[in-house]
Amino acid sequence: MIPENLLYSKTHEWAKIEGDEAVIGITHFAQEQLGDITFIELPQIGQKLNAGDEMGSIESVKAASEIYSPVTGEVIAVNEELENAPEKINEDPYGQGWIAKFKLSSPAEGLLNSEEYAQIVAEEDH
Amino acid sequence: MPYIPHTPKQQQEMLDTIGVSSIDDLFTDIAPELRPKSFDLPQGQSEMQVRNHLEKLAAKNNTDLTTFLGAGFYDHYIPSAIKAILSRSEFYTAYTPYQPEASQGTLQAIFEYQTAMCRLMDMDYANASLYDGGTAIYEAIMMAVRATKRKKIIVSEDLSPIYRCMLDCYTTNLHLELVTVSHNQGQTDIQGLMDQIDEHTAAVVVQNPNFFGCINDFTPLFAKAKENGALSIISVYALLQSVLKTPGQMGADIAVAEGQSLGLPLSFGGPYLGIMTCRGKLIRQMPGRIVGKTVDKDGREGFVLTLQAREQHIRRQKATSNICSNQSLCALQSLVYVSLLGPKGLKRTAGSCIELAHYAAQKLTSIDGVTLLNDAPFGNEFTLRLPVSAYDIIDKLIPHGYVPGFPLGRYYQGMENCLLIACTEKRTKQDIGILAELMRGALS
Repeated sequence: MIPENLLYSKTHEWAKIEGDEAVIGITHFAQEQLGDITFIELPQIGQKLNAGDEMGSIESVKAASEIYSPVTGEVIAVNEELENAPEKINEDPYGQGWIAKFKLSSPAEGLLNSEEYAQIVAEEDH
Repeated sequence: MPYIPHTPKQQQEMLDTIGVSSIDDLFTDIAPELRPKSFDLPQGQSEMQVRNHLEKLAAKNNTDLTTFLGAGFYDHYIPSAIKAILSRSEFYTAYTPYQPEASQGTLQAIFEYQTAMCRLMDMDYANASLYDGGTAIYEAIMMAVRATKRKKIIVSEDLSPIYRCMLDCYTTNLHLELVTVSHNQGQTDIQGLMDQIDEHTAAVVVQNPNFFGCINDFTPLFAKAKENGALSIISVYALLQSVLKTPGQMGADIAVAEGQSLGLPLSFGGPYLGIMTCRGKLIRQMPGRIVGKTVDKDGREGFVLTLQAREQHIRRQKATSNICSNQSLCALQSLVYVSLLGPKGLKRTAGSCIELAHYAAQKLTSIDGVTLLNDAPFGNEFTLRLPVSAYDIIDKLIPHGYVPGFPLGRYYQGMENCLLIACTEKRTKQDIGILAELMRGALS
């Protein structure tokens, strides 16, 4: 459940980079750890963020955690459907469960490829 | 009887288990010179001796005064049935309801309380209650700061000075900008509040009736706040919401109240009840517990503590508040009160308090030199301007068994001659007549 065409952060966000835009979300592993997701606080369109900045939070029936931006740039779209159907993140974390779209202000750096991320998941899963 | 559950033998077993020889050994990390030499406690006494001692202390209080004191806390009548229902052990000794399967009664009681408070205020959601009215205002402000990501809070000076003092204390280290807008002869300066609202404003905070007893309709103020992306917070007199325009009708975002007027005794200042209600989307910012109604896997109705992900046992330092408790018994007390009285009874009670206050205002202003502070509409509380210091009148009337009201000079400079007078349904026209005669005598 770690698509090869995406880049990953150590905090379990994924980024799909196309030119100077990036779609981001949280990984299958992250949603599994959280359990049933009940609420997501989305970033605001127009917000400028650096890689590693907090961009919102996510709540499940048993936990709450922050979402960190894996890239540097400006938020140009958010997945408003998640406000009423946050469970889409559980059902389809890499598709309908996308969280936000960024216009990159500098190239993404320091992100992991699918193999490197798989190692992190393997370590955390113990 | 020491009332300590562990026998000396059990204590020794515990000490042996962890490998120390005495209780003092548990404190070896504290340097001997830092330990208290003694707690200066007298020897223990029998129950009878203690009771006698406490009764002597209690007898020093004046408990048989005819009081016209209000200023946020009111001497309303409490029907006997309330205590009978409340003292059932299921309620009286209930454990915190984190296990819904064992706490359905407690949870349902809180859920019903939340429903009643929402209806009283015409708001969407209520939490399970907070410590008191002042805490509720502070928490409301913090909700607004989180929701708007702004720092400026506009507070009307006629918000209870006790609560403003709490706000100053709570916000000391929070880098918020508290702006106070002066009252105008006891009346809320609505235009002044409006003029302060800008793009940095998180919230505007008002009170109804205000501390001086004046009633306002804040609808235009709240609309202006909304236009500027700020939230409106209103603190209200709970019982009077049965007859006044409600926070919901005015368009408030967060409405809070001290719930003492709903069947709780004055009890020397507590424990009281912080009522907190809000509009739709703000519920995730609401601190404390919230009880929700749900169904189990077989479709049977049940109650649970919901939205717990906001609370500190889950969110740690990111929790919405460090309060995740509530005043369950006090909340239940207010629920029993509003249930017993019902909408009509609440209206009747509020109506008779208001009628008496207006009768008192008419009686007292017929005394030479005594006038109303302003001509604003009022409920069951109003401010008199006297020809002498309010303290003088209070000192002269107490020996007669009458407390004529609250001296506003205590909190407001230049208002030493102002007396705040409240009437509840426990006062009679005869009480008011005697008060007027005593005051006339004290002023002649």
